Amino acid sequence: MNRHVIAFPVARAEVVQPGAAEGRVLKLPTLSFWGGVDPSTGRLTDPAAAGHGESTAGRVLLVAEPRGSSSSSAVMLELLRVGQAPAAVILGRIDAILGLGIVVAREMGWPTIPLYQLPVEAHEKIPDGSDVRIGADGSIRVL
Amino acid sequence: MIQLSSEERAMHDGRDGPAAALALRIVAETARMLGAERLVPIVSAHIDGCLYHGDSGTLFAERLVAGEGAVRVPTTLNVGALDLLHPDRARLSPHRAAMARRMMDAYVELGCRPTWTCAPYQAGHRPAAGQHVAWGESNAVAFCNSVLGARSERYGDYLDICAALAARAPYVGLHRDENRRATVLVDCRGLDPRLLAEDAVYPVLGAWLGAAMGARIAAFDGLPAGLSDDRLKALGAAAASTGAVGLFHIIGTTPEAPDVATAFAGQPPQETVRLTGAMLRAARDGLSTARAAPGAAIDAIAIGSPHLSVDEFWRLLRLLDGRRSVLPFYACTGRHTVDRLEEFGLWDEIKAANITVVADTCIVVTPILPDGGGVLLTNSGKFAHYTRPNTGYDVVYGSLADVVETAVAGRLVRDESLWR
Repeated sequence: MNRHVIAFPVARAEVVQPGAAEGRVLKLPTLSFWGGVDPSTGRLTDPAAAGHGESTAGRVLLVAEPRGSSSSSAVMLELLRVGQAPAAVILGRIDAILGLGIVVAREMGWPTIPLYQLPVEAHEKIPDGSDVRIGADGSIRVL
Repeated sequence: MIQLSSEERAMHDGRDGPAAALALRIVAETARMLGAERLVPIVSAHIDGCLYHGDSGTLFAERLVAGEGAVRVPTTLNVGALDLLHPDRARLSPHRAAMARRMMDAYVELGCRPTWTCAPYQAGHRPAAGQHVAWGESNAVAFCNSVLGARSERYGDYLDICAALAARAPYVGLHRDENRRATVLVDCRGLDPRLLAEDAVYPVLGAWLGAAMGARIAAFDGLPAGLSDDRLKALGAAAASTGAVGLFHIIGTTPEAPDVATAFAGQPPQETVRLTGAMLRAARDGLSTARAAPGAAIDAIAIGSPHLSVDEFWRLLRLLDGRRSVLPFYACTGRHTVDRLEEFGLWDEIKAANITVVADTCIVVTPILPDGGGVLLTNSGKFAHYTRPNTGYDVVYGSLADVVETAVAGRLVRDESLWR
C-alpha cells in the first residue's frame, strides 16, 4: 500500500471503538462471527456464506448486516488475543456484541482494533478488494 | 455519556474490588455503545460466556476471579464445552479440555450455580414478570422475556458475567416498556387444529417466526390455550436461531398478551400475517439440509436443544416402548434433569434403549458426534439450524415419533401425513 494518493474521504463512519486502520476491504452482505469465523485463524468457515475460505485477518471488514450471535464477542476476543483479528470492522448498523469483544480485549491488555458504523447506503462507495485508510475520526479514503 | 448513580460510581472507582470495577466499566461502555442513558439494577443472571471458544475466555474469567469477583445476584450457568458427569463424551484436545475445565471452574468460583444448562428456566431459575435480569443464550433470553415476562436484552458473551458482578445492565432494548409491544400480528386461526396439536409444529413455527420477523416483535393469535413450557421453549429456541428474536407474544398464553389490545399496547398492528399450512410446510422443509426420502440413510440422531425436560424423556420412553435404537442416539440435557431421571428410576431404561445421555453440554458446541459426518436426524429446530455449520453433518428434521421410529429401524422413517 505504498501509493501516495491522498484522496478525499469517500465516507465518514461513526467511531464506535476508537482507532485508525489501513487494509484491504473484504465486503460481506452478512456475517455472524460465531459459526462464521474460525476463532484461531480468522478464516470464514460457513460453506453456505459469501467469502467462504477467505481470511478476515488483517482485512478491513465491511459488513452490511451483522448477525448478532451472542458468542460473536467471544470469537472477537479470541481473534484479538491470537493476533488474527481484522484490521478494522465497519458495520451497516451498530452491533454492541462485537464492540464488547474489543472492550474486553482492552481490559485484558491485548491489542484492539477500531469498530465503525457506516449506513449501508454508503458501502457502495467502498469497493470490495480496494485498499483503504481509515482515520481516527472515521474518515475513509480509498487508496 | 452514561449517568452513573452514586452506588455505581463507588463500584466503578474500586470500592468493591478490581473485578467489580472492571465489570462495571464494561457494562457502562456497552451501555454507551448501545446509546443507553443509564444502567438498570438486575435481580438475576444467566451466563452464556462459560463456553470455551479459545483460551481468551478462560483468561478473562480467571482475571475476574483474581480480582475478587463475586456475583451479586442469583446466577445460573449455560452449557460448557465438557460433560463433567461423563468426561469421555467430548473429544477435545488435552489443552482445550484443560482450558475449558479451568473456565468452568472459574465461573463456579465467581459464585455462579453450576447448572450447565441452556434451559435454566426448567432448572428452577424463573424470575418474575417485570423483573430486570441479564440473561445470555438466545433461547433462554427468548423464554425469559416471552414466557416469564422478565426483561433481558440479548447480550453478548462476557457482558452477562459483568452484569452479574455489577448487578447492573444497560437500560436499553427489551428492558424498556416501549420496546416490548408487538408490532406484527400472526394469525394462526386458519391452521389445521390437528397440526397445532403436535409438538413437532412448534419448532417449525419458531423457525418461520425468526426467518420472517428478524428482530420485530410478533404476537401469535389462534394458538391453543395452555401451551406447555416444552412447546414454548422449542418455539423460542428455533426463532432465536433463525432470527434475532428476543421476545414474542402468544395471545391468551404469555404474560404480556392477555388479549390483542394489551399485546399491541392499544395500537393497531403494523402488519398482519395469515399463517397457512403451506407456509409452515416450507419452514419445515427449510429445517432439513439433506433430502428426506423415505428409507434414506441416517448416521446419528440428536435431541435436546434446548436441554430435555423430564417430561420430554417420559415422552421419548413412551414412544420407544421398550425398543432399542440401532443408531448413535444422543439426548442432551442438564444435570437438573439427570438427577430426576435417577430419582424416577428411568436411567436403566434409557441405557437399555441404547441412548447416550449428554449432560452439561450438547452436540453443536463441542465435538461429540462420531467423526466423518453424515446425516443427523433431530426434532429440534435449534439443532437443525446449527448442526451443519458447527459439526459438518447434514440435517433432517422430524417429529419425536419420527426420531424414535428411525432410531429403531436404522433408516429414515417420517410421517408426512400431518404436513400435507
